[in-house]
Amino acid sequence: MSAPETYVQSPAAKAAYDARWQRVMDCVNLKQPDRMPVSMFATFWLAKYGGITNRQLMYDYDKVAEIGERAVLEFEPDGHSNLVLQCALGPSLDAIGFKPLQWPGHGVSDTQPYQYLDREYMKADEYDEFLFDPTGYYLSKYLPRIAGAFEGLDELPYLPGLHYLRLLSGIIPFINPRIRESMEKVIKAAEEVKYLNDRQFDFIARMKMHGFPTAFGTTSIAPYDLIADYFRGATGMMKDLYRNKDKLLQLMEKAVVFILRQTISAAKQWNHPIVFIPVHWAPDAFMSPKQFETFWWPTFRKLMIGLIDAGLIPMPLWEADCTKRLEVIRDIPPGKCIYWFERTDMVRAFEVLGDVVALRGNLSPSLLTTGKPEEVDAAVRHLADNVFHKGGKLILDAAFGIPDETPVENVRAMFAAARKYAG
Amino acid sequence: MADMTDQEKQLLEWLADMNEDDAFALAKKMLLEEGANPLRVLEVCRNAMDIVGKRFEKGEYFLPELVLAGEMLENIGAIAKPLIKQTPGEEPKKLAKVLIGTVHGDLHDIGKNIVTFMLDINGFEVKDIGIDVPVKTFVDEIAQFNPDVVGLSGFLTLAFDSMKETIEAIQDAGLRDKLKIMIGGGQVDETVRNYTGADAFGTNAVDAVTLCKTWMGVAA
Repeated sequence: MSAPETYVQSPAAKAAYDARWQRVMDCVNLKQPDRMPVSMFATFWLAKYGGITNRQLMYDYDKVAEIGERAVLEFEPDGHSNLVLQCALGPSLDAIGFKPLQWPGHGVSDTQPYQYLDREYMKADEYDEFLFDPTGYYLSKYLPRIAGAFEGLDELPYLPGLHYLRLLSGIIPFINPRIRESMEKVIKAAEEVKYLNDRQFDFIARMKMHGFPTAFGTTSIAPYDLIADYFRGATGMMKDLYRNKDKLLQLMEKAVVFILRQTISAAKQWNHPIVFIPVHWAPDAFMSPKQFETFWWPTFRKLMIGLIDAGLIPMPLWEADCTKRLEVIRDIPPGKCIYWFERTDMVRAFEVLGDVVALRGNLSPSLLTTGKPEEVDAAVRHLADNVFHKGGKLILDAAFGIPDETPVENVRAMFAAARKYAG
Repeated sequence: MADMTDQEKQLLEWLADMNEDDAFALAKKMLLEEGANPLRVLEVCRNAMDIVGKRFEKGEYFLPELVLAGEMLENIGAIAKPLIKQTPGEEPKKLAKVLIGTVHGDLHDIGKNIVTFMLDINGFEVKDIGIDVPVKTFVDEIAQFNPDVVGLSGFLTLAFDSMKETIEAIQDAGLRDKLKIMIGGGQVDETVRNYTGADAFGTNAVDAVTLCKTWMGVAA
């Protein structure tokens, strides 16, 4: 998947690249870096920065790459997110007929961000089917429900049990025009996604030439979040904690195995050790401590250990406030992960986790979008003084990346303050 | 609820303890086999929901329990409501009217739905006008429904501006002084409250109930 390196890195750019990478790795390894690294994660904020609409950002590969490059060169982050891949998704989503998302030009206006539709994509009575044969369930039920290109696959023949000459008549259903049409659509969509990926790898190579590493390669997901967000839907999942408890636990155990296989394979293609894992269902308010320790944490811990054993660096983004989870999520080998926090108090996170994980975050979205540059400066100073200078291995970032509406001067204030107060 | 029978106490306990199967079977038996007064069964349910709300407030229950409680109430209600004979005056008086919706540009509704449910079981008349609600729709609905409280919901950061615009439009329509406005959702905090001009913000469904009760002068 890697694009050929067509860009030549100067010795000065190489030195800058190595220093930036080392800064982040020092944090991961719980060593004090030469200065507080600052990471840049942006999606639709790039549209604001570049003066284009969200729709243009989703459909114009060249524009995204150009604006992304301009942003990286202006702010000089120690790690940048996969700016092209996260933004220019429009053609790929169109090609695959992706149903769970509404995006500019497809359900929402040109100036809105894409939004996920929380729905029941797996029914409550389908646990047994999913558990018995995950691949069969994906092909016949899940994929046709979430992507138009896969719709014909709901007529695929049932393959297990075919044997010897029974195989011959068993494959006759493949002549079904719906299946054929579906296959053709999927191949076409795959070509579009391949192009998107190639553009992302090209962007990565260009940024490397300039001396800027990416902050992470592939992404992954907690087993609980996979089932809650993408299969059962929020309310379905919450009811399952009571109604389908045992099957849910079984399915999450199984999910650890297939998520690990997926993630490790993708991380190799990306050739990047850091795995970004947005975490949606861990927040304090979402379940009781007992439910968290029964349903959420055990399989997530297994996933993280599996990634660590594969030489990878999990970077969960603990969304919302996870203060009450800190003691539990501390149970991980030291020096192996980056914990990115959204609303959890970073000083408290440092006190509990400072000797176990690197930290990332967490300038408030409301401050960044509605505050003044001097307020942003003060917030950065607070984190530098109370976390970084006290020994916290903090990678500065906004709470979940730069909010789409953030005035550019506030982003400038964020990066300037990081250098002013911590290196 | 005074003079509860042992059977009603059992139903109350099973509902409050999330024992869905037993509670539903008992409620069904009471309603369909024993000819229990449906209004009384629903009153037991409301009492159970009070307990659920208090346990949520105390940090014993969380979102899954609110969702399951809502589901239990809905399932029992589906059996009980058709059995209610029109007897005016037996329906408890509502505390106040609340209009709620997710502001324009934002399609999220899980939090809003839970707030709607909690306000409803706490005795408020709630009108939920959906997601991605244009400013003008809010203004028109307020003029028509005449709520005491307006709840603006939003999960995305774009909701900050949408909330601000909605509140400004309510002000411009001359409706602001007659009502209280509360905002809620993933990124909402005091900074956002101040930015939008809302009266208060809440971080969960119980906050919303407490705010409404306080504003209406009802013991929260």
